[in-house]
Amino acid sequence: MNAPLIIFFVLAAMAVIGAISLIIQRHPIHSALSLIVVMIALAGLYLLMGAEFVAAVQIIVYGGAIMVLFVFVIMLLNAGVEERTNLSKLAGWAGVPLAVALTGFLAAAVARSQDAVQAATQYGAPAPTKALANLLFQDFVYPFELTSFLILVAILGAIVLAQRETL
Amino acid sequence: MVPTHYYLILSAVLFGLGVVAFIFKRNIITIFMSIELMLNAVNLAFVAFSQALNKLDGQIFVLFVIVVAAAEAAVGLGIIILIARNRHSLNVENVDLLKL
Repeated sequence: MNAPLIIFFVLAAMAVIGAISLIIQRHPIHSALSLIVVMIALAGLYLLMGAEFVAAVQIIVYGGAIMVLFVFVIMLLNAGVEERTNLSKLAGWAGVPLAVALTGFLAAAVARSQDAVQAATQYGAPAPTKALANLLFQDFVYPFELTSFLILVAILGAIVLAQRETL
Repeated sequence: MVPTHYYLILSAVLFGLGVVAFIFKRNIITIFMSIELMLNAVNLAFVAFSQALNKLDGQIFVLFVIVVAAAEAAVGLGIIILIARNRHSLNVENVDLLKL
């Protein structure tokens, strides 16, 4: 077993354990911390695949900005332990088999297409971040500019939603 | 070199766990976090294909998904603050005005 495979399995186990922990923790703040573990593990996997820029963005934007926002809101609203109701037990009975079936179908489809994926695979040297920048600011410059409008609209929406007095 | 379908199967498993969390959890903030988990699983598949096909487009898509997720988190948490202020509860079963 070579080193990348061992690193992959360690990080994959970390991600799956973090995701399971997100489900079984009852307190939202513990779920948020579990989700941060998943995101750090995914950033490690991106590094393993040679996508350095995506790994850095994953840690800065997801692990840094978005999760801090979540933790901040949880603390602001003083969210407590969630209560179980009859409806949530019903959702568990019906939902878990369905979700397991969904995961099984997805994994089976992936496993069946593995020969095709392997045939299409063409390993090369990992592309440098410079190539990513060229692609982003040349071929994808129009969608890139559109995302700035999206963020502007999101800022306005968040301000309008969160302010106390009506306009 | 790690085979590409290992990443894809991990992505499927993480997506499934996100669906389970979405169904199971009653706290509206945790449900929102499970959506982020599903987005992360999809990002993993994008980067895996980007590496396998030796094209950078997948990584560009991941950047756009992260931007949309950030915008979604800002607006969604604003909505959650509004719900908590009006209903004095974070349980989704208390927010059922649109239910028949």
